Amino acid sequence: MSTLHTHAGWRHALASLLIAALVAVPMYAWFTQDMYALTLVGRILAFGLAALGLNLALGFGGMVSLGHAMYMGLGAYAVGILSSLGLHSGWLHLATAVIVTVVIAAPLGWVALRTQGIAFIMITLAFAQLFYYVFVSLKAFGGDDGISLQQLSDFGFLTGNKFAIYVSLLITVLLALWILQHVVASRFGLVLRAAKVNDRRVQALGARSLPYRITAYVISAVLCALAGFFLANLTGFVSPAMMTWAVSGELIVMVLLGGMGSVFGPVVGAFALLLTEEGLKLMTERWPMILGPLIVLIVIYLKRGLWGLLEER
Amino acid sequence: MQQLTLKALCAAAIATCALATTSASAQVKIGFMSTLSGPAASLGQDMYDGFMLGVEQSGGKLGGATIEVLKEDDQLKPELGVQIVSKFIERDKVDIVTGVTFSNVMMAVAKPLADGKAVFVGSNAGPAPLAGAQCNANFFFTSWQNDMQAEVVGKYATDKGYKNVYIMAPNYQSGKDNVAGFKRYFKGGVAGEVYTTVNQPDYSAEIAQMQAAKPDALFVFYPGGMGVNFVKQMRQAGLLGQIPLLSVSTTDGSTIPALKETALGVISGTFWGPDFNNPASKKFVADFEKKYNRIPSQYAAQSYDSALLIDSALKKTGGKASDKAALTAALRAADFKSVRGNFRFNKNGFPIQDMHVFEVAKDAQGRVSLKTASTPLKDLADPYVKDCPLK
Amino acid sequence: MSFNLLLAQALNGLQFGVLLFLMAAGLTLVFGIMSFINLAHGALYMFGAYFAALVFAASGSFGLALLAAAGGVFILAALLDAGGLAVLHKRDHLDQVLATFGIVLFSNEFVRWAWGNSPLFMDTPEALSNSVQILGFNYPAYRFAIIGVGLAVALGLYALIERTRIGMLIRAGASNREMVSALGVNIGWLNRFVFALGAGLAGLAGAMVGPILSIQPGMGEPILVLTLVVIVIGGIGSIRGAFLGALVVGVVDTLGRVLLPIWLRELFDASVANAAGPALASMLVYLLMVLVLAFKPDGLFPVKARQQ
Repeated sequence: MSTLHTHAGWRHALASLLIAALVAVPMYAWFTQDMYALTLVGRILAFGLAALGLNLALGFGGMVSLGHAMYMGLGAYAVGILSSLGLHSGWLHLATAVIVTVVIAAPLGWVALRTQGIAFIMITLAFAQLFYYVFVSLKAFGGDDGISLQQLSDFGFLTGNKFAIYVSLLITVLLALWILQHVVASRFGLVLRAAKVNDRRVQALGARSLPYRITAYVISAVLCALAGFFLANLTGFVSPAMMTWAVSGELIVMVLLGGMGSVFGPVVGAFALLLTEEGLKLMTERWPMILGPLIVLIVIYLKRGLWGLLEER
Repeated sequence: MQQLTLKALCAAAIATCALATTSASAQVKIGFMSTLSGPAASLGQDMYDGFMLGVEQSGGKLGGATIEVLKEDDQLKPELGVQIVSKFIERDKVDIVTGVTFSNVMMAVAKPLADGKAVFVGSNAGPAPLAGAQCNANFFFTSWQNDMQAEVVGKYATDKGYKNVYIMAPNYQSGKDNVAGFKRYFKGGVAGEVYTTVNQPDYSAEIAQMQAAKPDALFVFYPGGMGVNFVKQMRQAGLLGQIPLLSVSTTDGSTIPALKETALGVISGTFWGPDFNNPASKKFVADFEKKYNRIPSQYAAQSYDSALLIDSALKKTGGKASDKAALTAALRAADFKSVRGNFRFNKNGFPIQDMHVFEVAKDAQGRVSLKTASTPLKDLADPYVKDCPLK
Repeated sequence: MSFNLLLAQALNGLQFGVLLFLMAAGLTLVFGIMSFINLAHGALYMFGAYFAALVFAASGSFGLALLAAAGGVFILAALLDAGGLAVLHKRDHLDQVLATFGIVLFSNEFVRWAWGNSPLFMDTPEALSNSVQILGFNYPAYRFAIIGVGLAVALGLYALIERTRIGMLIRAGASNREMVSALGVNIGWLNRFVFALGAGLAGLAGAMVGPILSIQPGMGEPILVLTLVVIVIGGIGSIRGAFLGALVVGVVDTLGRVLLPIWLRELFDASVANAAGPALASMLVYLLMVLVLAFKPDGLFPVKARQQ
């Protein structure tokens, strides 16, 4: 499939340009001491990471999950809850985020994947709502008000250092891209994508698609949890507002805007959506009145998302 | 291909705009942030309108200094609030940050504000931790500590001799805080305590349950849309005349226009009402109505006061905001004529003020508004100040 | 809890269920039968409420307000469809999700720009403003109107879809566009009609609900999630499924909200019950949906299998 291995062409060029820009941001911030740039781009990058994760399940696996923001919340709350209990070690936070997510995503994915189509969408939504209400009522951990992190994940002298957070986030995103690129091209990815198109044929060929799908679902959940971990450290704040179905919806929008069939697409989608929001905000307070129709037009005329514009013909 | 290049260029241009620095030309820069979109936007808008009225009164100057106000919308998203406050402090280098509608956003931005040693004048949210253990010498609030409104209603209920009050609130932090505040001052018996789902549309089941408990009064905390729903449904059940409804934030300037006569008779507790008699308040109400064509809510009054407070402080520092110590000292002095009458700060930056009880009634012009009923608590200090380590 | 109160709560549950059906009817038509995921259903419902409030305030006639709401949203949807949305009928669900999401963004801001941030005022019509005593509890008369309208819509829709020629064409067009087209029916107009009808129903629901709920920007989103849950539990594709699903959700949610805290208080001490009760009650509907989907992925009352 040429969509994955473009050696030359616009896609490669634009992807390299975007990555170069992302690498340039901390350098710019270092010279101008403009930390806000790190916060702004960092937040978008974190959402990009989550969108990348969702894309594995949604774009390649065909699993439309309206509940992935829940995993972002889990990653963030791993930091928040441990921190409020006095446990600050950064590696502990990271490990907890990943392990808790796997422990929760695996059974949830298994239950959800017993259904398909709209039922799957709704069940993922239901689980997300359940967790949302649980966290809202947890008065011990801030409830609706959330937890303000007095101390961020402890990574020695790098604790709370915006540069360190941004750079490690960028490295994580690049790693994720590289891994996903290989996963999708591997036999695992092949079975996954085939199952999306026609599950029955895959079963007839002797491969049980369920373990592949659950694995893809769990991997995508873990990527979202990592995004939540970084967001918690970037903003120093954790609240149930991060796990509403509206946030899940935004993630889907990012994946779709970027174009589902590619690995890099979601990152483009995240930047497209959030930067356009920021830009439109500078122009007018009524920016949703411009963004809304823009999205509709993109859907109607750009069938494969923004990234699809660059597809090799 | 042209489409994409154009799009890429636009994105790049927008990105550059987002990252570009803004130039400063005013003497004092103020960053104003509130919730200006979503269902609760009317609160944030009221706050902005009240604040700007205060700024524009003296021709865009406070304390003699020309003011530039940067207005931002936190969309009720705490992490967006953090991003905006970071921008205010690091990029725009504002002298004062003000506003903040909701407590969860307030708790999120408290940290970057404290880390950046920013001067903050809050004009709505007043969560308990910021009054207690996390109090900050640079934070000032011209509104109230979140529990105070419920406390005065609790005192009112005690004074009225109610023995069997049924309590209802939404199941989130603010709901529980308000119930706790009510119970702190209410010495009678509780007939029932029910927490409903946030944004629940239909209360008929809870209303039936409440009727079965036969209380002599009902206390609720239902802000915004929830308040409109609840009061409408109580009125339609014919119960509003029969069971006294005591409330907090349920019938205020933002919900009364949607309820009109439906809300007549409902009691609420807060620090200010549009029928106050002091000169500052009368001027404020008259100017506000003339400019915006509506009766100001308490949220507008709070923010108007914050502008007056900043004005008084800048007068003392000679229009300069660069000396933070002098600015905070001047703010702490609170030497201004507040629309609520007496105003002074407690050591934690929250006001010590009289709290009143209001009834929804028609004003002199026949419009449905709030009428002052009584003043059960004078010079009320919040209950969390004892946890504040500041002197 | 007294038996009287329990009965009264069951009645409340039924009434809430019919209210939910009214809100779900339009969505089940568009989504269940046309297979078009319309996230903007909540926005259409919102427009219905706004149109009704404005016309009622201006004219004083509730009937006129209802007509304006249903008719206005019907026309609005028809125009939208004609104006380009029709392309989405053939696309996959995700494209529909994305596009209708864009419409929601626009609608909420438009409403805020046109009619302000604060909730709009709408009262119940004079004739229905009093309350009735049932089993010793006060029952707003207006709720009977809602039940009446809900039942009328249920019967009307059922009759339309199952018993008329147009209904047959609609069902046929949903299963096999090309065949219906080949038979000489203009499938584009048919789909437009169904889409507009679904929207009109949403508008009607918004108007009926206006007097009891808050009319404000974004009022559609909480309703949207709830109606999706109702349809999924009831079974996608049938009016009967949506109606029965709505009743089930209404009764379970209402009784759950009142009974759960009581039961919890029996089993645990007050502080735990007070903390867990409301949280569980708010999760109840979603728990129910998970349970239903785990055992009956097609819902409780699914339509008989159609040709794919």
